[in-house]
Amino acid sequence: MKKVFKSISESLFKELKSDEDVILSFSGENSQFIRFNNASVRQTGLVDDADIELKFISNNRICGGGFTISGNMEIDLARGKHEIERMRNEANELPEDPFLVLPKNLGSSNVVKEASGLKFEDSIDAILPAMSGTDFVGILANGKMFRGNANSKGQNHWFETDTYSLDYSLVTSNHQMVKGSFSGSDWNQDEYESYVNRSKEKLSLMERKPIKIKTGDYRTWFESAAVSDFLGMFSWNGISEASLRQGCSGFGKMRHNDARLSPKFSVIEDFSPGYCPKFNSDGEVAPDELALIEAGKLKNTLISSRSAKEYGLQSNYAENGEFLRSPRMAIGNLNQNDVVKELDRGLFLSNIHYLNWSDNPGGRITGLTRYACFWVEGGEIVAPIETMRFDDSFYRFFGDQLSEVEDRLYSNPEVGTYGGRSLGATACPGILVDSFSLTL
Amino acid sequence: MKLDVDIKKLLSAIDVPADWVGLREVYEAHTPRMIRDGVPVVNASASTHGIMVEVLVNGQFGYFGTPDMTSQGISRAAKKAFKQAEIASRHSVHSFDESARPSHQGSYSSPFEKDRDSLSAGRLNEVLLEAYNHLKVNDKIVSASSLCQVIESNFKFVSSNGSDINQDFLMFEFDLSATAADGSNQQTRTFGGMRGTCRQMGMEYFDKYEIFANANRIGEQAIELLDAEDCPTGEMDLVIAPDQMMLQIHESIGHALEVDRILGDERNYAGWSFVKLEDFGKLQYGSKLMNITFDPTLESEFASYAYDDGGLKATKEHLIKDGLLVRGLGGQESQIRSGLDGVANFRASSWNRAPIDRMANINLEPGNQSFDELIAEVQHGVYVESNKSWSIDDYRNKFQFGCEYGRLIENGKLTKVLKNPNYRGVSTPFWNSLKGVGNSDTFGIYGTPNCGKGEPNQVIRVGHASPACLFDKIQVFGGV
Repeated sequence: MKKVFKSISESLFKELKSDEDVILSFSGENSQFIRFNNASVRQTGLVDDADIELKFISNNRICGGGFTISGNMEIDLARGKHEIERMRNEANELPEDPFLVLPKNLGSSNVVKEASGLKFEDSIDAILPAMSGTDFVGILANGKMFRGNANSKGQNHWFETDTYSLDYSLVTSNHQMVKGSFSGSDWNQDEYESYVNRSKEKLSLMERKPIKIKTGDYRTWFESAAVSDFLGMFSWNGISEASLRQGCSGFGKMRHNDARLSPKFSVIEDFSPGYCPKFNSDGEVAPDELALIEAGKLKNTLISSRSAKEYGLQSNYAENGEFLRSPRMAIGNLNQNDVVKELDRGLFLSNIHYLNWSDNPGGRITGLTRYACFWVEGGEIVAPIETMRFDDSFYRFFGDQLSEVEDRLYSNPEVGTYGGRSLGATACPGILVDSFSLTL
Repeated sequence: MKLDVDIKKLLSAIDVPADWVGLREVYEAHTPRMIRDGVPVVNASASTHGIMVEVLVNGQFGYFGTPDMTSQGISRAAKKAFKQAEIASRHSVHSFDESARPSHQGSYSSPFEKDRDSLSAGRLNEVLLEAYNHLKVNDKIVSASSLCQVIESNFKFVSSNGSDINQDFLMFEFDLSATAADGSNQQTRTFGGMRGTCRQMGMEYFDKYEIFANANRIGEQAIELLDAEDCPTGEMDLVIAPDQMMLQIHESIGHALEVDRILGDERNYAGWSFVKLEDFGKLQYGSKLMNITFDPTLESEFASYAYDDGGLKATKEHLIKDGLLVRGLGGQESQIRSGLDGVANFRASSWNRAPIDRMANINLEPGNQSFDELIAEVQHGVYVESNKSWSIDDYRNKFQFGCEYGRLIENGKLTKVLKNPNYRGVSTPFWNSLKGVGNSDTFGIYGTPNCGKGEPNQVIRVGHASPACLFDKIQVFGGV
């Protein structure tokens, strides 16, 4: 794939006139998808996909294009040249863009992660036997992913990785579920079977009759996966500088009213684990680390180069959408072994579901409990709870109601496959909150 | 640049001992344009083009989605799909035969008057800039945007049992947005978001709708909301405008009736359903005023079509009649697995995803009350327009919605403007509290371009049309 991208990009750059620039962004995959239900195969298949997005810049105007890479160089070059010509003509008609960011050559990179992964023809036999006797439902996404970027100034970036993720649920006879997500690069059958066995052990707790909880405020423990979902909301009308400037960020109280979160709450953008490329779709390379919230105070927002130019700021090379790509939350002091005892009486929430802003300026988020969520009393897990809706503000649960933070980080991989397989992960601990509001 | 592909020739070149083979070619081009704060921020056009090769082997379907549309590429894809299916056939959820892909021949072209090129990129930017100028009614508007997107799609489907289908679509999306802010007090008003205008139509949209007048109204309402009272909290009557009804239908009816969800396929992702297979024909889903249809025939609605992606012919069907659940959203595979009657809704987002049960156009049929008659029935309540927040549980029971714009209803009349109107409820009690359905004058056609579902994930276009509706004793509340 790298050779294909290099050949296409070099050929297309030759098509440009002296006052024209192009940025090319490449995304591709050779993937296997197997969908399971009732510990059997519902759908199975393979997808080869690759696309190039183009940004054509001329005379202070910018125009975008994109096409599918077929793998046939003659066809792909014809498509690319057609796009250049189309954008060249269209750019003449467009208004000037005063915040246009011109490409530069700030150096190139090449990251290729080889792996001894799960062979496509072996996947089903590797996965299903360990799930025997369970109501197993989920998806295997397996294979190579590619990202590339090149511009007409000579800059080139390439990122290639080979990964698998088995994202699944085990379901009890009374419709309670345990969630699992086994992912990595090198496949290890023993590790996989141990992981599945731990999921099966959790199922026994879920066999207890679920308890119906009343609405109200509860002391609550959130496992890392739930915290990761809350942090994900920061990428949607949250930590983006453009969102703040355009009046649609939940971080407005921190920016305008100097509101603070808990001193125990810190978040950075951290590219050092290499979950995803450091370069963005304009080929700009982010710093290894960027402090966002430091001891409860808003330290930095995500600033793309376009926002920087528009608002007179310094870019930190965020992606154009100014969303988190590799966030890491700081750990605290609470040990997992002490969580239930420390919680004493309240809710133990492993996963949450379908989050949305219910009052964005107020930082209020609504959503639902899902999977292994329990009622705890006297420092003991009593039983799973029936699904409950919550509606509360992150200014409370990451703020004055944040009691303790776990002393360990967990990596929550991005397993989304809209359009194509996602890269990235959120590293965060669990949190204990004094009061959390259930509303329905 | 769309490559011409002879898909029938490609089918004939496939040489695998499968029980059935199908090819589904998809070409789709998106052309979005956007002006934000007086400046062009998006002018792009990107296309995707590929073929999904699907084979049936020992009762199991296997697929290979490929952009290599040469005969060698398709032949190679078929061999790999065959191998996938063969291995999986020892562990199939269900053993299918050729009846899962009925044979049909036909075509569909979505209606339009003016094609994409009838308005140049330059002219479109001028129109969007003018709309922006009308949105920015004063300096309290801190950000405003106007955008449109043209989508052109072509779906072709041929199969070894004789299916030969060609469907062409021209679609148009449009929105206006104004945000007023005073420090951390901020309110956004839109033209319904991308769900407000998404239709099968062409550039004639600009001739038919008063864009600049609407832009002015949206800007003024954003300012109005900034200083408006917060929505009251309590149990009260609720009148919902069609542009919010569409999402209420989508979340608490559409997804709940997808038969693949009921069969458990989706439990690891979007979730299950409170509806059980035995509920069809028995469950009183809502009040007698409630009539919900699957209607792929409504002209210009976003998800109208003649055939689904399994080749099944699409017809209008009642899902809920006089409040009684009568039919599910199950395509041919789900109909075979469940034994239930279904509809032609086996759909895929593109050539790189396999079809699953999806909504298409799911509509609430009009009743007989005018808008004024609905409002006149309310002594104390709230009227809401335009969704801004949505959430529902994995069984499609407990929902919560937030809207952009509310009005208090007092003694049968609309009075104060309200900000942050929210409401919550549980699906079947909510629909059983339906006590007024607006007539065809209140009927609006909407949809969503980005309904997410499936593993691997897929976004798909869905249409929803509804009149304004009145609900009894709903939990309503405001902001922080």
